[in-house]
Amino acid sequence: MNRKIYLSAAALMLVSLAAKAQIGQPYIHDPSTIMECDGKYYTFGTGGGGLISEDGWTWKSGAVRPGGGAAPDAIKIGDRYLIAYSATGGGLGGGHSGKVLTMWNKTLDPNSPDFKYTEPIEVAASEYDEDCDAIDAGLLMGPDGRLWLTYGTYFGFIRQVELDPKTGARKEGSEPIDVAIDCEATTMMYRDGWYYLLGTHGTCCDGVNSTYNIVVGRSKSPNGPFIDNMGRDMLRGGGKMVVAAEDRAMGAGHFGRWIDSEGVEKMSFHWEADLDQGGRSVLAIRPIVWKDGWPVAGEMVQAGTYEIESVRRGYALELEVDFPRMNVARMRRGMNPDEVIPPIANMKLEEVIGSWPTGNIDVRANDYMSRPHQKWVLTPCPELGGTLAGPYFKITIAGTDRALAATEGADLTTVPAFTGADEQLWRIDMLTDGTYRIMPKAIPGCSCKETYVLTSIGDSSVSLCKFDFSSDNCKWNLKARK
Amino acid sequence: MNRLTKNLLLTLGMCALVSLQASAAGKKEKVNPIFDNYFKTPTEAVATPDADGFIRRWNLLEPIGKPNRSNTVFTDSYIREQFAKPYFENQMTIIPEDGQKVKAMVEVQIVDPKAAPVNRFSMEPPKIEQQKATLVWHALDSKLFNVKLFRFADCYYKEHYNAIFWAVTVINCEEDMEVRLAVGSNSASQWWLNGEEVLILSNDRRMVMDDCVSKRITLKKGKNVLRGAVINGPGMSDFCARFLDEAGNPVRNISVSFK
Repeated sequence: MNRKIYLSAAALMLVSLAAKAQIGQPYIHDPSTIMECDGKYYTFGTGGGGLISEDGWTWKSGAVRPGGGAAPDAIKIGDRYLIAYSATGGGLGGGHSGKVLTMWNKTLDPNSPDFKYTEPIEVAASEYDEDCDAIDAGLLMGPDGRLWLTYGTYFGFIRQVELDPKTGARKEGSEPIDVAIDCEATTMMYRDGWYYLLGTHGTCCDGVNSTYNIVVGRSKSPNGPFIDNMGRDMLRGGGKMVVAAEDRAMGAGHFGRWIDSEGVEKMSFHWEADLDQGGRSVLAIRPIVWKDGWPVAGEMVQAGTYEIESVRRGYALELEVDFPRMNVARMRRGMNPDEVIPPIANMKLEEVIGSWPTGNIDVRANDYMSRPHQKWVLTPCPELGGTLAGPYFKITIAGTDRALAATEGADLTTVPAFTGADEQLWRIDMLTDGTYRIMPKAIPGCSCKETYVLTSIGDSSVSLCKFDFSSDNCKWNLKARK
Repeated sequence: MNRLTKNLLLTLGMCALVSLQASAAGKKEKVNPIFDNYFKTPTEAVATPDADGFIRRWNLLEPIGKPNRSNTVFTDSYIREQFAKPYFENQMTIIPEDGQKVKAMVEVQIVDPKAAPVNRFSMEPPKIEQQKATLVWHALDSKLFNVKLFRFADCYYKEHYNAIFWAVTVINCEEDMEVRLAVGSNSASQWWLNGEEVLILSNDRRMVMDDCVSKRITLKKGKNVLRGAVINGPGMSDFCARFLDEAGNPVRNISVSFK
């Protein structure tokens, strides 16, 4: 392989990597729910320790959690963080005695003078021969302020107890109840009057052969019964798929929910084996999409050519240039149906690009007609950073380096060539309804605290405006085009 | 069902119950007190499926030793090969009685204390030796919708890991019925109705109700023998089984017995 081909292959792999997994050294098993503390992101894993990220995209080891054991979880309550973990590792071929412990910390930053864990408190336990492994803690604060802990493995029951959100101890009088069987790494979440119990099914810890996958059931009560989409109780093994293996990653396990803002939610979990990273167990983050009241993993945005369609009207984002008519004879009625007519090629970029201005060209929305000024290439730029949503993207007109850019005054244009400037980098989130939010990394001259996104301000007019999930103006569809 | 058939079934049932109680009384095996958490000794000769159609009445053979490092070896071909091996006489035709003993060939793992630890997901089979063993059939009703084989082994102080569990029950029908058999098992299993294979559940599998469902099969009028074998390495082991009708609803208009 010559150097050029080698470099191309490496670049391709980087793009592929960028589209699928967090970068850096995101090596972890059983990641706890991601916590934000003083502008940094944290997740803890099995065996102690965990990962830190400055931006949610690039991760490295460094989080500190004492106690070892398996599969912790974390939740922020008030201005403190509660960590639940198990002191043991569960017994596949042995005993099943276990303990779930909780401890507090004012900060997750190990360099902070306030960083100090409280003495762990035992909140749940299982005996050697009990139908439960008291490991794999999951925490949920319900809308009523009640704090729930689920725990357990394939061995017997998943159990639930209530904790005191002030102390982190088991609430007085709370006895364990059975809520599921045949899963592990459970946790709960709440949405629109439903409590959801998520668990991991399949084979754990078998690298590229791990069949781990995350399933869910739901209930109107925090205590269950948690029923799947087929009416099966999770106490009978029920569960609807949330996320399973992808082409290059196997074994999705240990769900955690991250709510960015209304309509922007992520799930964290691990791949038991990421083929692009030599089969390592790595942190993964995917958008949560809610379909008919059920959570499913959304797709990571893939590099490719797209129509960017407004949800408001269905018009497509395009350059403000002349509409180029295709010079093809109009078909008339009454033509001989047996006459062979050759197919018509799409309009090519070279047919029109000469008529475009060479400087900045603004953008608008219009009927999609598969013309060159309407086709956008999304290219991940992992080397230029990212967020929990994934890498930043450059958005260019297909076949050119002309890039979409934010401008001073929170407006939009395209620049003739992509330079990598922050205003030319875009965060693309799949929203909870499956549409997309497209926001610039930065707006020149604006230290905006609000989230400004690509917005339809009329059917045919676009700008950057504050994100409002309830408005279709802020939502876009990405339609793959050639 | 005509009166003659009813009387015949009643007589057979009474005989079965007498036999069952007699053999149970004759048992000298020590039974773990946890038995009451999972099973009960049948007191009626004939049972019905539970409200959801699950069959709770089974004759279970004490576990046949079958060491495996992990459940990931349970491919379709492996299961068929292992369940086709003869472990005890008439294993595919026997309708056992409670307390009946069989002489079986079991496998026992040879543990070399000096050997290096082996990855638990290793596909390399453990070193084993064949041994003769006397195993006992136990006629039981499960207190749960599922049959906890792991705990069944515990009840009789037998090894609960690395085992094949053999299960037999008799389904009685008043008329021919087109149904499907729905099974969930931990781990892999294979099922035969009246001697014909109807279902296989392969791979490292968790027990999920209605996980695998057979093609349309016929429960014939009168007696039908349902036989299953469940194999498990490490971890919990159990199964649940019921019949479903064409609409996917549980079949409850059948009875279940040991004979």
